[in-house]
Amino acid sequence: MSLLEVENLSLSIHGAPILKKINLSIDPGQIVAVTGESGSGKSMTALAVMQLLPNGAQTQGEIRLEGRDLLTTPEAEMCALRGAAIGMVFQEPMTALNPVKSIGDQVMETILIHKAMPATQALDHAKEVLRRVGLPPERFPLSRYPHELSGGQRQRVVIAMAIALRPNLLIADEPTTALDVTTQAQILDLLKGLVREYGMGLLMITHDLAVVADMADQIVVMRHGEVVEAGPTDDLLHNMQHPYTRMLFEASDHQVALPDTAGDRPLLEVTQVVRDYRLPRKGLFDTPGHHRAVDQVSFTLNRGERLGLVGESGCGKSTLTRAILGLEEVQAGEIRLDGALVLTGHKPNPAVRRKMQVVFQDPYGSFNPRHKVARLITEPFHLLDTPPTGTERQDRIAEMLTAVGLSPDDAGKYIHEFSGGQRQRIAIARALIIRPELILFDEAVSALDVSVRAQILDLLAELCATYNLTYLFISHDLSVVRTITDRVMVMQAGKIVEQGETEQVFANPQHAYTRTLIDAAPVLPDIGALAG
Amino acid sequence: MLRYAFKRLISLMISLAVASVVIFAVIEVAPGDPASFMLGVNAQEDTLAALRAELGLDGSKLERYFNWVSGMLVGDFGTSYTYRTPVSQMIQDRLWVSLPLALYALTLSTLIAFPAGIYAAARRGKPGDLTVMGATQLGIAVPNFWFAMMLVLIFAINLRWFNAGGFAGWDQGFWTGLHSLTLPAVALALPQAAILARVMRSSLLDILGEDFMRTARAKGLSRRQALWRHGVRNALIPVLTIIGLQFSFLLAGSIIIEQVFYLPGLGRLVFQAISARDLIVVESVVMLLVFAVITVNFLVDLAYAAVDPRLRSRT
Repeated sequence: MSLLEVENLSLSIHGAPILKKINLSIDPGQIVAVTGESGSGKSMTALAVMQLLPNGAQTQGEIRLEGRDLLTTPEAEMCALRGAAIGMVFQEPMTALNPVKSIGDQVMETILIHKAMPATQALDHAKEVLRRVGLPPERFPLSRYPHELSGGQRQRVVIAMAIALRPNLLIADEPTTALDVTTQAQILDLLKGLVREYGMGLLMITHDLAVVADMADQIVVMRHGEVVEAGPTDDLLHNMQHPYTRMLFEASDHQVALPDTAGDRPLLEVTQVVRDYRLPRKGLFDTPGHHRAVDQVSFTLNRGERLGLVGESGCGKSTLTRAILGLEEVQAGEIRLDGALVLTGHKPNPAVRRKMQVVFQDPYGSFNPRHKVARLITEPFHLLDTPPTGTERQDRIAEMLTAVGLSPDDAGKYIHEFSGGQRQRIAIARALIIRPELILFDEAVSALDVSVRAQILDLLAELCATYNLTYLFISHDLSVVRTITDRVMVMQAGKIVEQGETEQVFANPQHAYTRTLIDAAPVLPDIGALAG
Repeated sequence: MLRYAFKRLISLMISLAVASVVIFAVIEVAPGDPASFMLGVNAQEDTLAALRAELGLDGSKLERYFNWVSGMLVGDFGTSYTYRTPVSQMIQDRLWVSLPLALYALTLSTLIAFPAGIYAAARRGKPGDLTVMGATQLGIAVPNFWFAMMLVLIFAINLRWFNAGGFAGWDQGFWTGLHSLTLPAVALALPQAAILARVMRSSLLDILGEDFMRTARAKGLSRRQALWRHGVRNALIPVLTIIGLQFSFLLAGSIIIEQVFYLPGLGRLVFQAISARDLIVVESVVMLLVFAVITVNFLVDLAYAAVDPRLRSRT
């Protein structure tokens, strides 16, 4: 008998259909990955198993855990199952823990709420579980609070809470999406180890096909609330039946052809830049310490060149970006664009500022929801001494919207009428409208679905050909940087540890850290080879 | 935690020093002669001179400021011009009414608001929530002196459970004193409770949407357990802020209620002092209220740190 059987599960929320006759099953010790793009219903499937669906949800079909139908189980009995028979790990380790309770209390709560053992024993058990997930109490006392831990460590605490009572079924909803590649590799190893050791079934929800291919026994591909294809990992990869599955895998490893560029005139020159942050004083009369976020960074970006910047969170990528934009003062060194300093005195130099634009990660948070698209994308005009007006302004708006693959009619719409990918196109139009010499892409495709990401990357390649763009592409995603840049820099702890031609750096990394990064990134199997 | 408390204490001292300078400047150094202002336009020249000497207006400004501050530090607030009694004694008498009244009202409002806010948040959108929200709407809209008059009508005139006004004094015994403060405290507490309940509800609703509440449910906590164990403490931060503001307001702003119930409190003292142009009393009471407000803020800061470990370590 399977551990978990989902049969013909349908779900609607306030009448809107979310899931349509889902079927899947998990055996003990098996890893089943549910994958698909946002809105495919994969997270809702997980929440349906937990019976933690939002208000207004109506379900049909059956979800059997060890033969017992969860859909007809009363809430009080579900409480007894959650945490004990089914554990769950969530996507956002930064917010999944209660900030005002110590990690020991939170792990012990799982044990005590189910009255599994007396409090004194529970304490020892909590220590043991935390040790198992890689947080030995000698180094991470139970009295620590979540804010004293890194993202990866917090995710270990969440996993400890989920496995404290050795549930037979563990559900992990995008457990590594918010983490760096090296941390991701460690967490995935931990999950695999736990499944092996405890014989748990693991229902893994992820959009990352490389992760799926690497660790799942079974793959379930979902789209618009339906299962389009499912099967054992090897069979499915070798013999993809559904065009959507094929499209997903192709988009995940999307390659673009950048036009050639003959740039050897320097545009952006960064020399020996240092950015220190003051730390709080240790004692009242101590001199405050410093944290060096950017350490002696030097590089040159030539006109027409596409430069990548990769590194893990906290390595100083964002600080460096802000310094280039003139949003932060540096403590040493200088940043010049086209020969002029980005900061004159303590103020950004407007003549330099209008030559730079930036595209941010979050397509939802980076627009004012009360302005129409025409006003949103013409915002950079305020940097100009004589901004275009009247028909010239209309023409520029129409040209830009067309250039990024939208229609000039979209100028009169509000931002909520657009999808994430369309918003990112609008963000690119906003950056391009004053024809900047340099564009900074700060994790600009990281929040997008793979198919949308592929389209945006195609768009960038097209725009490179039309407008001869020069850009700095900041990302933690190595596969994207590999295809969209000519040269790449690897940053670690504030320093550029390696830079060179992109292909060369990826094919033959010189620095140990670069090798660590490349090795840690999960790799998609070669579909061509698989199909043949 | 000690470092945090120490830092907050230093900032409290600085605020007090700044406030004393501002109050002194506004009242004593502002253009015009305080003595002629206090006595009115028809004052005799020799009376004016006598008052100036009495107020110590002959010294330099700096000298006068230090005299005023050092006097206050040892409890000497000067002598009231209209009553001819030491200001410190007057303030002390009034404080014994106003402070217990404010604390009493705040306790009542918290006792009403916490359960009401938590109850409404737990039943969002259901009849229980709508009833509580309707009641709080009413509590905010209706002025407290109207509540006061209704309370007098019902409990003093009809039921005769309480006196309609006046303060028995603490020398009659604690419970007698408390008894005579009950109606004013209820009148003060109701609108404050309505505000506090709404803050509690919305703060808790924000917290209920947080990821860690879902984590708590995934661990096997029931809705109610998750609310009490993980929701309430996190929801307290904005509520504490409002409680701090309300205490300051209750201490000084209960003047209308004091008038309705004929209570000898600080509010009435300031009111009378301003009408009589008794600047010495005004200055002293204002300084005292500033002291109270700043001290309450200090206590609220400490309460934040007790609730939220992130504030303790951020240092």
